[in-house]
Amino acid sequence: MAIVGHFALILTFLAALFGAGAAAYGALRHRPAFVESGRRAMLLTWPLLTVAALAIILLLIGDHYQVEYVASVTSRAMPTYLKVTALWGGQAGSLVFWSWLMAAFATAASLRRWDRDRELLPWVIVVTMVTLAFFVGLILVPFPSLSGPEGGLTFSSENPFLRLWQTPQGAQLTAVFQPAGTLPLVPADGRGLNPLLRHPGMVIHPPMLYLGFVAFVIPYAFAIAALVTRRSDDRWIRVTRRWTLVAWLFLSLGLILGGRWAYDVLGWGGYWGWDPVEIAAFMPWLTGTAFLHSVMIQEKRGMLKRWNMVLIILTYALVIFGTFLTRSGVLSSVHAFAQSAIGPLFFTFIGVTTVASLSLLMSRWGDLHSENQVQSRLSREALFLVNNLLFMGILIVCFWGVLFPLISELFTGQKVTVGPPFYERATAPLWASLLLLMGIAPLSAYGRSSVRLLGKALWKPFALSLAVPVVLAATGMRSVSAIVGYWLAALTGLVTLHEFWRGAWARHRTHGENLLVALGRMVTRYRRRYGGYVIHLGVVLMAFGIIGIELFQTETQGTLSQGEQLTLGRYVMVYDAVAQWDTNDGRNVTRAVVSVYRDGRPVGELYPRRDFYYESQQPMTIPGVRSTLEDDFYVLLVSWEPIGNQAATFKVYHNPLVNFVWLGGLVFILGTLVAAWPEPEPEIVSRTVRTGAAAAV
Amino acid sequence: MHLPRKTFVLAMSVIALLGALAFPAFAQEPTPSDDEVNAIAKQLYCPVCENIPLDVCPTQACEQWRGTIREKLALGWSEDQIKDYFVAQYGDRVLATPPARGLNWLVYVLPPLVILASAVLLGMTLRRWERPVEATPKPHASETDADPYAQRLEEELRRRS
Repeated sequence: MAIVGHFALILTFLAALFGAGAAAYGALRHRPAFVESGRRAMLLTWPLLTVAALAIILLLIGDHYQVEYVASVTSRAMPTYLKVTALWGGQAGSLVFWSWLMAAFATAASLRRWDRDRELLPWVIVVTMVTLAFFVGLILVPFPSLSGPEGGLTFSSENPFLRLWQTPQGAQLTAVFQPAGTLPLVPADGRGLNPLLRHPGMVIHPPMLYLGFVAFVIPYAFAIAALVTRRSDDRWIRVTRRWTLVAWLFLSLGLILGGRWAYDVLGWGGYWGWDPVEIAAFMPWLTGTAFLHSVMIQEKRGMLKRWNMVLIILTYALVIFGTFLTRSGVLSSVHAFAQSAIGPLFFTFIGVTTVASLSLLMSRWGDLHSENQVQSRLSREALFLVNNLLFMGILIVCFWGVLFPLISELFTGQKVTVGPPFYERATAPLWASLLLLMGIAPLSAYGRSSVRLLGKALWKPFALSLAVPVVLAATGMRSVSAIVGYWLAALTGLVTLHEFWRGAWARHRTHGENLLVALGRMVTRYRRRYGGYVIHLGVVLMAFGIIGIELFQTETQGTLSQGEQLTLGRYVMVYDAVAQWDTNDGRNVTRAVVSVYRDGRPVGELYPRRDFYYESQQPMTIPGVRSTLEDDFYVLLVSWEPIGNQAATFKVYHNPLVNFVWLGGLVFILGTLVAAWPEPEPEIVSRTVRTGAAAAV
Repeated sequence: MHLPRKTFVLAMSVIALLGALAFPAFAQEPTPSDDEVNAIAKQLYCPVCENIPLDVCPTQACEQWRGTIREKLALGWSEDQIKDYFVAQYGDRVLATPPARGLNWLVYVLPPLVILASAVLLGMTLRRWERPVEATPKPHASETDADPYAQRLEEELRRRS
């Protein structure tokens, strides 16, 4: 089985290389037969990788612990579904999974109707297949690495099909094929998956992120194809619009699920810790979001062509960089980077692709001139540029925050931590400005816009929104940042709702439809616009929750004997009982029972627990949470002494409004689905406008 | 309304500081509460568990560190003294953000500078784009205005929104 998988990988690598080479040759020499041959090679990669992935899954399910990867991520006690998902539980397997998704997306992209843009096809093949070949190459190629305390040179690779062998002298080797004079070494059991990853959220979270990452390669491939073939129109954007939205959808979903997982499992009362690994996934999302906005300007006004290219190139680079950050071990230490060749390889790949893409862009700079100009600083175009600036600003903060510890370690040898306070302080004003912009920009017109026009559209929601800070201040809120934040959220929410109302009311008056029907028809007809507004509403809800938990979270900790209580705000928690037992999947569980009272009334029992995983010697804290729309009462069992009076230490958080974060997340995803749903009509409308505008110039 | 976290931390540090100033001689004060310990632990990171603040880290090592904070607090140390102690022992990396000195200045200075520079650049670009239209008002602007078809579409779009 391991050998079958191994050969499938080798064939994939060859097919990808051949596909890229043949397609490029065919395009340059105008030999359609070569392009076709390249396309067929590309179509082979997905079935081949499916075989490789299936081989890994079969090995995982079958407890083949001679395979090093299987031994490192599973153990006999794990349930089957976790064994299957261990495919992406470790480095080697997740690289195969990544490649499998990449091949699937490349295949799907190549199966579309190409009649209108035949010339783009070979270059899309080249870009996707080069990327694929790089990742499969990472898996296959053994590279020298300095490992072990003696610093000896050994060869290792990320191949999930490596097996364990023992020499007669008792030394351990890993190789795919049996080295001469060795015997198979089959461990009795595996080391098991990291307990933190054994959570349903963690099972779906990585595939979502990978899907998002991989899907962004498609718009990038089309962008490069457009550059190579000197197409200066927005065809590549139109073709890949839905791909971009899908990529963005999965990336958002991955980030939200990751947050939920952290909240449920990591036990620190939060959902986002500004950890470099989180930021690695967040950065392509930032450029992707900027891209989604600014492509509209190119579609509507034929502007920002170069900038959109820069954005998609940046997004691609950040996708690879994100994979690199999480996969190379560079984050724990720059020295881990040098120990394995995977880091330098990644680095080279990012460098080469970015430089190549940017120089290609430079060489086409003249072709990509704007068809229009910004006519007013309050026009939609100008405001979208400000939006892009703000997203880039957040990106700069994130990028620098992640990079700086590495730079510091490299130059001074001193490791530093760049933690949440840095990111929070640096990005808070940027987020606030984005929120404000989200309220204003949808009201401004393309082309010419003036303060008067904007004011006319804005004044009603603006006046209404002012009630929010007044009421908050009157009810005793003293935090200026919270009042400003809630006011901005209210303004944007009201503006967006007002837009829905205006649209529906207009339809109601002109078409005589009842308001709800009008609303439904309007949204289905202009999915992109109203999907976008729904996303904005989701962001407003999330902002509402984030401000709540970030600024008003309270906590307390105490060591209690049974029957004693802990008070936090309006909540009282009584420690009733505790029990400890071993499970048959290798855990020791300590579970406490606490009763919760709110304003003196009982509201239920909670069961915070602490699982200790014997095989990995890792503790895991699982909170007991009482969740309502208003707030979460979040109890952690910090420690327990089984002797004497059975005293236990609890940490308790009061997280106001945190559920709005999840609710907003749902609305957000819903909005993205609305926007991404197939919609033939508005395409035509916007194209006519564009032609009209182009004719005018 | 509850106290915001920052105010709480600040209040805690003031209390700790006052305590240190007021009772330097009485070393054996009552044991500091968990909340006092956590208020300081929240701002520290142990070198082993990356990116997990000390107050929530479940490992044994971090448990011991929290014990150390408790001891120092009991001895009447201030928050800053305790933080300095950990920095002296384990280096700057125990702090949530790098102290602003030497190369570390770059952390705080670079992002605002780059963002500011981009904002200025954007402002200048917008101005440059606007100016030709203002200087020669006729060709672009009037044509768009005069083209009844484009105008109608724009108007229609605006009305639909």
